[in-house]
Amino acid sequence: MHHRSGFFFTRFQMLKSPYSHGLHWFAILVALCALGLIGMGGLVTSHGVGMAVPDWPTSYGYNMFALPISMWLTGGVFHEHTHRLWASALGVLVIALTRWIGGRQSRLPLAIIGGVEVVAGQALILLGGEWKGAGHFLSGIGGVVLLAALVWAPNERSSRPLPTLAWLAFWGVQLQGLLGGLRVVLDAHLFAGTRLGVWFGVFHGCLAQAFLVLVVVIAVMSSRWWVERATAAPGTARSKVLLFTTGLIFLQLIIGATMRHQHAGLAIPDFPKAYGAWWPDLSESAVTQYNANRVELSAHNPITAFQIGLQMVHRLVALTIAMLVGACLWRAKGALRRLCSAWFILIIIQAGLGMWTIWSNKAADVATLHVITGALSLVTGAVICLISGKLSPTRD
Amino acid sequence: MKRIIALIAMIGSAAPLLAGDFTGTVTLKGSPPPEKPIDPLKSDPSCGKLVTGTPTTTHYVVGPKGELANAIVIVKGVPGAKSTGASAAPVIVDQKACIYHPHVFAVQTGQKITVKNSDPVLHNVHTTPTVAGNKESNNAQLANGADIHLSFDKAEQFLRFKCDVHPWMFAYACVVDHPYFALTGADGSFKISGLPAGKYTVEVSHRKAGTVSQEVEITDAGGKADFSLEAK
Repeated sequence: MHHRSGFFFTRFQMLKSPYSHGLHWFAILVALCALGLIGMGGLVTSHGVGMAVPDWPTSYGYNMFALPISMWLTGGVFHEHTHRLWASALGVLVIALTRWIGGRQSRLPLAIIGGVEVVAGQALILLGGEWKGAGHFLSGIGGVVLLAALVWAPNERSSRPLPTLAWLAFWGVQLQGLLGGLRVVLDAHLFAGTRLGVWFGVFHGCLAQAFLVLVVVIAVMSSRWWVERATAAPGTARSKVLLFTTGLIFLQLIIGATMRHQHAGLAIPDFPKAYGAWWPDLSESAVTQYNANRVELSAHNPITAFQIGLQMVHRLVALTIAMLVGACLWRAKGALRRLCSAWFILIIIQAGLGMWTIWSNKAADVATLHVITGALSLVTGAVICLISGKLSPTRD
Repeated sequence: MKRIIALIAMIGSAAPLLAGDFTGTVTLKGSPPPEKPIDPLKSDPSCGKLVTGTPTTTHYVVGPKGELANAIVIVKGVPGAKSTGASAAPVIVDQKACIYHPHVFAVQTGQKITVKNSDPVLHNVHTTPTVAGNKESNNAQLANGADIHLSFDKAEQFLRFKCDVHPWMFAYACVVDHPYFALTGADGSFKISGLPAGKYTVEVSHRKAGTVSQEVEITDAGGKADFSLEAK
């Protein structure tokens, strides 16, 4: 009898896999939404319209969700306002994902956090001035968190480490929204001689990339493949080169974000040379001459020697990444080789888009494609790092 | 009799202010880079309808003989010079067909700048000063909306105005803290009136071509000097 009940228990355990089809596809939806939002944010920066809506979280004094369509469809307002609406939708999705992964056990913390955010938001509104916007933002998002806490579905918490990752995404999306808003509200303030809009913009851009990696990791870890392959394949180990290369891609994205958010246009207008030389003259007189000869279409800031140097570093790091990904592909076997092939192709496309960005005088659509492909390159590297430990060189 | 003497004395003391005009021409040596068509304006659904062709950038406005427009000529070190901007007539800046008119203008500190929107579209007047004491502002201006009035307290060269809704729209204000300046016209000429006789340093700046300066003597009959900047 004991034997029979043990048999049935084992069968039950096998049938009741912790894999949830719905959760996995919902996580994929969140990841796609995050990638799309990076693209939309990229368009905002590429077009130089980050301040097209000068207030936040209101839009031209309207509740963000009630801006007249005629104003929404005007010039750069379209990109900036769509970015805000898309970000709001992603915020709601991430809160729902947290509730889903966290199970019924997440209801209490969600209720506490939501309540605290609503109260803190109201307090900031009372403080007035530049705190008012953050107060409305906090109150609004706190309200959504409270709604998530009200969802009564008695679902169980997902297995570790998914709940931790979901809570990271929960806080990440809120921080990201706040950074985006402060980038507008505090734009004109200076820190270390640089506009706060630039600092917040760079951080906002980099956090977006890290956030995308996080939600993609959640999507991978909630997949049937991951859930049912709990242990690592024998004889495999994560390659340090893979990790280093992925880290280098993230550094490259930070450099790219720093270049883009200074709103100075192309620091170097030619490729493969730079101002006609393999290493440009960075003297003060040379930079003055570069600025005098620029025929900018937008209200770009003047370029500086630092920005020119940064673009040269960006080029050199790109070359290093291409060689490292090529080396990863060379060493990889089995399924890992197929993944590394895809990664290498992405890097080649990305390099091509980088060149095209320069040759097109930083056309907004091309520059934005460069941002999106950069994000995909980072995510691919991160996913390869994540799953390489579970891939057998022969079995997969 | 005392009144007549006082009147004569007053006219005598005001005589230096009535010195002749200081005139001249600013030219550009060399060939400036070719201007570019503003394609984003033409392709914008709202602004594209307001133009027939595709407008071009106006970084260098140069006549057939090198006459350089939009260069600011400033006389330095005029004794007792101070801004009369508060009582000066406002400078009008208009947004027409999604372009700022004029592209470069000059005002005194404290002088009112009236920004109009003659377009049937929303604009965003964003000033981005870099000199401490000049306040940044960012104001939405609805289609044919109310005028925006601005002024700046500190002297600043080429203080940028931009529209974030239409990022190809930008204009520059030269803010001077006295009345002894002029902006060159399309023929490169300038005229500064009311200078007292004396020797001065005159500085000429163009946003792209840089700055030159030269010593100039102004007599009671006025003065004349030509300046040359170089396209780099």
